[in-house]
Amino acid sequence: MNISDEKALLEGLAREDRSIIERIYRENYNMIQGLVLNNSGSSDDAADIFQEIMIVLFEKSRLESFELSCQLKTFIYSIGRRLWLKRLQSNQRLYKTVESTEDIVSVEEDIEVHEKRQSEFLIMESAMGKIGEPCKSLLEAYYIQKKQMLQIAADFGYTNADNAKTQKYKCLVRLKKLFFAQYKNV
Amino acid sequence: MEDSLLIDAVERFVKGEMSPEEKTYFEEIRKNNPELDQAVVEHIFFINELEKFNATRNFTHAVQETEAKLIQEGFIAKKFKGKAKVVHLWNRYKRTIGVAASIAGIVSLFIASLISAIHTDKNPNIVSLVGKLDNQEKKIDKQALETAELKSKVAQITAVSPVIPKTRVESNFRATGFLIDASNNFIVTNAHVVKEAKNKLIVENNKGEQFIAKAVYVNVLYDLAILKVTDNDFKKLSPFPYTIRKTNAELGEQFFMLGYPKQEIVYGEGYISAKNGYRMDTVFCQLSTSANVGNSGSPIINKKGEILGIINSMESNAEGVVFAIKSVNIYRAVEELKKLEGYEDIKITSSGSIKGLDRESQIRKVEDYVFMIKGN
Repeated sequence: MNISDEKALLEGLAREDRSIIERIYRENYNMIQGLVLNNSGSSDDAADIFQEIMIVLFEKSRLESFELSCQLKTFIYSIGRRLWLKRLQSNQRLYKTVESTEDIVSVEEDIEVHEKRQSEFLIMESAMGKIGEPCKSLLEAYYIQKKQMLQIAADFGYTNADNAKTQKYKCLVRLKKLFFAQYKNV
Repeated sequence: MEDSLLIDAVERFVKGEMSPEEKTYFEEIRKNNPELDQAVVEHIFFINELEKFNATRNFTHAVQETEAKLIQEGFIAKKFKGKAKVVHLWNRYKRTIGVAASIAGIVSLFIASLISAIHTDKNPNIVSLVGKLDNQEKKIDKQALETAELKSKVAQITAVSPVIPKTRVESNFRATGFLIDASNNFIVTNAHVVKEAKNKLIVENNKGEQFIAKAVYVNVLYDLAILKVTDNDFKKLSPFPYTIRKTNAELGEQFFMLGYPKQEIVYGEGYISAKNGYRMDTVFCQLSTSANVGNSGSPIINKKGEILGIINSMESNAEGVVFAIKSVNIYRAVEELKKLEGYEDIKITSSGSIKGLDRESQIRKVEDYVFMIKGN
C-alpha cells in the first residue's frame, strides 16, 4: 500500500466508513495484540488499546492539515506502543520497557493532541450528562442534527419556535457554564 | 444587547444568514466592541467543541460495533478460560448443583413457586423469585387485560380493515426474560419459571402486547430455559444492543437490571458481591442488590452493555443477597440447543451498540428486548 492509498483510507475514517474501520482492524489488530500480550497485558487490554488507536487516527484524519509521514502500519504501531507504555506507567504495573518488534516513529505530538482532545471530550460528556433532558436532546437537535427551530418546537411540544428558541438559549447557557467551569481548569 | 439576542445574532452571522447590510453593521460593531468579538469567538469555539464531541462519540460507536462483529467472528480473541477446565469443574459440581436444585433452595425470583417453595423447602432461606400473582395482582393483571382488549376493540372499530382482536391469556405467574436471538426470536429465562406454565406460556412486551411462546430447552441444573416465540404477530426486532459476556464478572463490578416485579418494567442497580453462588455453587454468582418476586430471569448488565448474568433467586433471611446464573451458561445452553434437530440455526445476534452511552439511553435501548414471561 502506498502513501496515497493510506491517505484515502484515513479520509474514509473521517467519514466513519465502517468497511474501512473493519479493514484497519483486520490488517493491524494482530500486531497490536502481540505487542500488548508480550508486554504483560491481556487480550482485553489489547482490544481497549486498539479502540484508542482508532480514535487517534480518527482525530488525525479530521484535521485539515493531516498528513502521514510514515506508513500507516508504522504509525499505528508507534501510537499503540506509546499508549500501552502510558497505561503500564499509570497502573504502576511491573514492567520492563516495551520492546519494539516493528519500526517506530516519534508520535509525542500526536499523543499530546489526543490527550487534549480526550479531556475535552470527557468534559463535554460530563457537562452533557449534567444538563439533563430535554436540554440535551434540544441542543443536539439544533446544533448537531441541524434541525429547524419550527421542527424542534413541534417535536418537543413547544407552542411556537420562539419558545423553543428561548428554551434552547437557556440550555446552551447552562451547558456552556458547565463546560467552561471544567475547561478552564485543564 | 441582551444575551439571547446576542447569541442569536452570532449564530446567524456564523451561518451566513445575515443580509449584507446587517453583516457590515455587525462586523463594524464587532471591530469596535471587544466584548462582542469575544462572544463571537467563544461561541464559534464552543459549537466546534460540540461538533467534535458528537463526531468522536459516533465514531467510537462505529468502532465498537466493528469490534463486536469481529469478536463474534472470532477474529478478535477476548479472554476465555480453557474449555477443558471449565467442563471439568462443571461435571464435578454437577452433583452439588443437583442437590441444591432439588432442595429448591434459594428463593427463586418468580411469583408462582414462591408459596410452594416456602412450604416444602427444607432450606427455607432461599426463595425463588417467580411471582405467583395474588388476588390483588390478578385483579391488576385482569384490568390490564381488559384495557388491552378494549383498546384492540377500539382499534378494530377505527381501523379501515378489521383487526381480529387477540384474546389475552389470563396468567397466574409472572417473571422476566430477554431476547438472545433476534432473527429466530429466542428468549432466555429460568427453568423454574417455565415449570409454572402448565397450560400456556406467553411473553409480553413493555407495550402490553402478548405473544405465544414455547419452551424449547429447559435445564434445571443451571436453571436456564430457552423459549421460542411462535406467535406470527411477533415483529422481529433488530439485533439486540447488549452483548453477552463469556467470562466471569469481576468482584465489585457494578451492574443495572431490568425486570418485571410489577406489571411495568422496573430498573435496579447493584454490584457483584461474590464470585460464586449459594454454597459455593459455581454456576451462580452472588449479587448485592434488591430483587423482588418477578425478577426471575432479569438480565444484569454492566456499564459496557455486557450481560453478566440472569437473576434467579435470593436469600430470604439476609437483606440484599441475590443470586444470578453466570452469563457464560447462556452460551452453553445455546450450544446444547443447537444440537437438537430444528434448532441448528440459533445464534446470538448482538450489535453491541450501547457501550459508551449514558445509562438512560442504555435503558431506552434495552427495554424493548426485556419481556414479561407469563402463563398459566
